[in-house]
Amino acid sequence: MAFKTSVQKYTGSINKLEFGSGENSKALGGENVLPFYTFDGNIGGKPLIGLEILDVYPEKWLDELQQIYGDAANNAVQWARFVEEKFSPDFICLRLEGADPNGLNKSPEEAAALAKEVAQAIKVPLVVAGTQNHDKDTKLFEKVAEVLEGCNVILLSAVEDNYKKIGAAGVLAYRHKVAAESSVDINLAKQLNILLNQLGVKNEDIVMNVGCAAVGYGFEYVASTMDRIRLAALGQNDKSLQMPIITPVSFDTWSVKESVASVEDAPEWGSQVERGIAMEVSTAASVIAAGANAVILRHPGSAETVRKLADALINN
Amino acid sequence: MAMTGLDIYKLTPKTNCKECGFPTCMAFSMKVAAGGAEIQKCSHMSEEALAKLSESTAPLMKTVVFGKGETEYKLGGETVLFRHEKTFVNKNRFAVLFTDKMSPEEVDAKIAGMKEVCYVRIGEEMKVEIAALKYSGDKDAFLALIKKVKESGLKVAFMLICEDVEVLKEALELVKEEVPIVHGANKNNYSEMVQLVRDKKLPLGLRADNLEELYALTENVQKMDYKELFLDPGCKSIKEAYVNTLQIRRTALKEQDRTFGYPSILFVNEMANGDKYMEVALSSVFTIKYGSVIVLSDMDYARALPLFGLRQNIFTDPQKPMRVEPKIYSINNANENSPVLVTVDFALSYFVVSGEIERSKIPAWLVIPDAGGYSVLTAWAAGKFSGSVISKFIKESGIENKTKCRKLIIPGKVAVLKGDIEDSLPGWEVVVGPDEAMHIPKFLREM
Repeated sequence: MAFKTSVQKYTGSINKLEFGSGENSKALGGENVLPFYTFDGNIGGKPLIGLEILDVYPEKWLDELQQIYGDAANNAVQWARFVEEKFSPDFICLRLEGADPNGLNKSPEEAAALAKEVAQAIKVPLVVAGTQNHDKDTKLFEKVAEVLEGCNVILLSAVEDNYKKIGAAGVLAYRHKVAAESSVDINLAKQLNILLNQLGVKNEDIVMNVGCAAVGYGFEYVASTMDRIRLAALGQNDKSLQMPIITPVSFDTWSVKESVASVEDAPEWGSQVERGIAMEVSTAASVIAAGANAVILRHPGSAETVRKLADALINN
Repeated sequence: MAMTGLDIYKLTPKTNCKECGFPTCMAFSMKVAAGGAEIQKCSHMSEEALAKLSESTAPLMKTVVFGKGETEYKLGGETVLFRHEKTFVNKNRFAVLFTDKMSPEEVDAKIAGMKEVCYVRIGEEMKVEIAALKYSGDKDAFLALIKKVKESGLKVAFMLICEDVEVLKEALELVKEEVPIVHGANKNNYSEMVQLVRDKKLPLGLRADNLEELYALTENVQKMDYKELFLDPGCKSIKEAYVNTLQIRRTALKEQDRTFGYPSILFVNEMANGDKYMEVALSSVFTIKYGSVIVLSDMDYARALPLFGLRQNIFTDPQKPMRVEPKIYSINNANENSPVLVTVDFALSYFVVSGEIERSKIPAWLVIPDAGGYSVLTAWAAGKFSGSVISKFIKESGIENKTKCRKLIIPGKVAVLKGDIEDSLPGWEVVVGPDEAMHIPKFLREM
């Protein structure tokens, strides 16, 4: 008997979502197979890799990262330009940490004005991430959506508590895309998509943030949730799970012990920045192998490695 | 192809003699088909029927054993393509590559690195399990390398990578008792290779230029009735290695073709070509998707911490959540004035809570009773994290001798337990902590 390639055809496919504007827009998704299963069918667009910047100086980031950005990190607009020119990411994720009520508590107006300046300063599409405080994010995203009208950004993220206002302002009124965030559970992911849908948000305007964890920290739930979501979307043609997935990897990996412990805290572990990059790279490689269409990373070195990995999985 | 219960029933004596422990031959057959009983339990089957059955009821993917004693490992034996369908069984193993071209200093450095990265995480020992020793032309150096690694004191299993049968013969004299993996059978040398390993039942790695040839080679080796095998999906390109690895596993488990029902060997070191982070990226991908032996160029903590953590996660049985040992944990050098926090023995809860306490830099005791391995709310709902469980553990664990502080902080989500615990623990003040672990540092600092 001779070997015969095993081919699996699915009835469903992942929606294609475009964000950004004009010729610089980028597309997520479009595949009708599992990640990089080139022999089964169309693998869709390349996974997109975005770099994270903040609206405030990154006080808590590693010295090595602060050195990479130098003075540029004092101002989000310069920072964004610097990142775009030097590292050419597929998109930039501006995280509005300064608006956090437990921090500087900047007003939505102030944060949104800065987001607008950033958007105007760069060509690549923008993802705007909030504070993870649900009340504040509601007000924040309403304002951000308004001032960024026409930029077609991704608002990261709407959760069950605030999806109505963010969905209405962000997508219905000002034509952005919304990330629907759930916490590592296929049913919760599906439910939030349906709720947004009932609000009038089209499936094509939703990207899912199905939750993440650093490797070693319950990552099996992330991997299995993504497996199940993709198999339901493709195999059962479940329309309410056919959105592309975006995963803010850096939000988790840079706060676990492996990345946070200094060389003084854990001398045997060696270089802290190497550990940080390795944790970020491992988690990012794992989520794109499990089904994520976009990842947000912090270290430019991680982004370079993950880009090379994705290219190598697609082209010989 | 797999046989149905009815197919099997046709081969039974159909006498319903009940000797197998089942009421009818039909019931027995259904159970065998489902993998719940072994066909040998029926003593009335004809030889012919047994042979036919054991062939078709054998596992789709073979479990291959290598190493010896405390370094004996099993690979393969997987039954599903996705862990949520049941579970993955045998976790992948990491190897570090040595060659006869390396300088003694280089070899020493790698050995030292492997010795240094050895630690326990949630009850599991984390270390490189395999020394991969590659022949690249210098026989004497190769034999010296094997001796050196064997005598280095490393606790590892071995993999010899060599296509030259004569060299292998000599090399095996040095380590055959350790049951190494012998890698390097190809279409030209496979029959001699099988002769070489058959005696000791050493696992044999097969390699070919492409999947079609690998398939043909495996068929040929199986014809020699040798089935202790590993398959090498190749490493000429990353895409090819990934595609071949997926195809091999899917051919075995979905197409039910046992020709490809063997574990794999991935030379990530070659694919990454010296790029350490690329090794981490590729090893992660192959941990998630079907790598069995993953070969790295070296091991250090930057590689180990993510890769061993990921592997531990992916190979957790979804039906049995990861648990930590119920006991008292001292965090930030807790002392006799430190407060006491309590949470469940679900590993994730432990990690998140202990991590946040560490972040606060405030010395504290974390006590973990046996809560069935569930998350806080689930354990509470199941009655395994109740007021009486917590107060009993406080009394019996000896925490009262370790600290004079009588503040017990409970998770915000089980605030309702406060009264219960206070009633059965006179002298303790029960404080309701935050709902989410991320607020613990602020909470502890302000307490």
